[in-house]
Amino acid sequence: MTRTRASGRRVGGFRALSLQAPAVTLLLLWMLIPLGMTVWFSFQRYNLLMPGMTGFAGFENYEYLLTDPALWSAMGTTLLLVGWVLAITVVGGTLLAVLFQQPFLGRGVARVLAISPFFVMPTVSALVWKNMMMHPSSGVLAWLSNQFGLPAIDWFSSLPLTSIIIIVAWQWLPFALLILLTALQSLDEDQVEAARMDGAGPVAIFFYITLPHLKRAISVVIMIEMIFLLTIFAEIFVTTSGGPGLATTNLAYLIYIRALLDFDVGIASAGGVVAIILANIVAIFLVRMVAKNLDD
Amino acid sequence: MSTPNSYAAPGGSGRFKRLLLALLAWAVALVIFFPILWMVLTGFKTETAAIADPSFIFSPTLESYQAVQARSGYARFALNSVAVAFGSTALALLIAIPSAYAMAFLPTRRTKGTLLWMLSTKMLPPVGVLVPIYLIFRDVGLLDTRTGLILVYTLMNLPIVVWMLYTFFKDMPRDILEAGRMDGASTLQEVVYLLLPLTLPGIASTGLLSVILSWNEAFWSLNLTSSKAAPLTAYIASFSSPEGLFWAKLSAASTMAIAPILILGWMTQKQMVRGLTFGAVK
Repeated sequence: MTRTRASGRRVGGFRALSLQAPAVTLLLLWMLIPLGMTVWFSFQRYNLLMPGMTGFAGFENYEYLLTDPALWSAMGTTLLLVGWVLAITVVGGTLLAVLFQQPFLGRGVARVLAISPFFVMPTVSALVWKNMMMHPSSGVLAWLSNQFGLPAIDWFSSLPLTSIIIIVAWQWLPFALLILLTALQSLDEDQVEAARMDGAGPVAIFFYITLPHLKRAISVVIMIEMIFLLTIFAEIFVTTSGGPGLATTNLAYLIYIRALLDFDVGIASAGGVVAIILANIVAIFLVRMVAKNLDD
Repeated sequence: MSTPNSYAAPGGSGRFKRLLLALLAWAVALVIFFPILWMVLTGFKTETAAIADPSFIFSPTLESYQAVQARSGYARFALNSVAVAFGSTALALLIAIPSAYAMAFLPTRRTKGTLLWMLSTKMLPPVGVLVPIYLIFRDVGLLDTRTGLILVYTLMNLPIVVWMLYTFFKDMPRDILEAGRMDGASTLQEVVYLLLPLTLPGIASTGLLSVILSWNEAFWSLNLTSSKAAPLTAYIASFSSPEGLFWAKLSAASTMAIAPILILGWMTQKQMVRGLTFGAVK
């Protein structure tokens, strides 16, 4: 009996291994090959327009990249974009989640409307906002400010980064709302009721019960958004193309410019390595949190 | 007659407050939804009406829809989107089901580590590997092909698909599989006749999430396709050229591009949360 069980386990282990093999192998290749190549290229002289120039470059590409003012400007832009969108979506998402948690007429429909932008493809959101909303003469926002006797804002030439932040925040606010609303549903109503009996007002309940309950969901929202926001691309690609100047060029867009417009594989790869390092700092925390949850 | 209500303070002021909250919630929802509504409406306007002063009152026309269909071969882009989204989803499910099965029913010491490692591959920013993928695709002739995009999307979504399937499989009662094994079912029979039918709703929602993510993906589609295999995300991007503002046509094309996914998204909200947060928020 023991013997069959022991051998059964060994067979089980082998079976488990072979069943997982395709997924694991593919992901391993998908990760290691491009990653290895990016690191390798980042130490090479490699420009598609200059096929004669090859060879080991040492840290030249990094040196060039790190002394390039465009990199620091792009880092700043990335930081502003991520920071502002996070602030708007997390604060807004929390408040909206509490609001939409209240029972009211047609709540289901209102919720569905509010989370809709998350399902709109980024190129559509960006172009709808750029044209129909933010156009300086025919856009809805221009019309609105005219109604109040204010001058229309030429969003993309005078406030390019703000415009991008608005569009991206509009896409991700529903994400925060959706996650936080789900998290709120597991809030213990009895606890809230007890607090209310003890004379706690809505503000106290929010800060002492709701917010602590949402703490984990909020950190999950922050981390997942960060990973996506660090490399926002399509919204910039279809609206400003990184301009005017470098005003809306973030790290992802800078790498794209170096790689597919300047054809400088070496420098673009060095940029890629920087992006990977940044994302990994965030990812470590996220994976750790998911791992902790796996034990429960 | 008294209506017991533990949520609102008794009396008129409570009811008034709740009415205000309801109005506020509806106002917020409508403001957030407005750009989408406006886009849908603009699609039914003429080009002249589209850039005129904003108005809800106009005589609707299908002009732009017809123009989009006729002019740009919209159907081809839509077909690319369908092929890529469903192709990559089918492939991802095919690869993920055995893997998730093994993780759920034949766990070893390494299972948890493997699962977390798979998730961590999702954290690799696409822009970090853009250059090598682009060069590999160029050299093997996968640039601007559906096959190429299907491959990338399959790998992009594989971790989430494995993860979701694993959580659904784990919730399934083990006794049933055990009973099947007693009756002499092979692993394949076990999976095909017991596991798949019993977890079909979970598999379906996993598939839907994968379809939604692939349909809306816009980094790889913009960088790896140009014309032949370009899906709708890339087609819509072609409207960004400043040579002429065709708002009504842009709106009509956009409405067609997002409508199916918007409806799928509404249907799968709950599963979305599970998949997007890797189960960290339930």
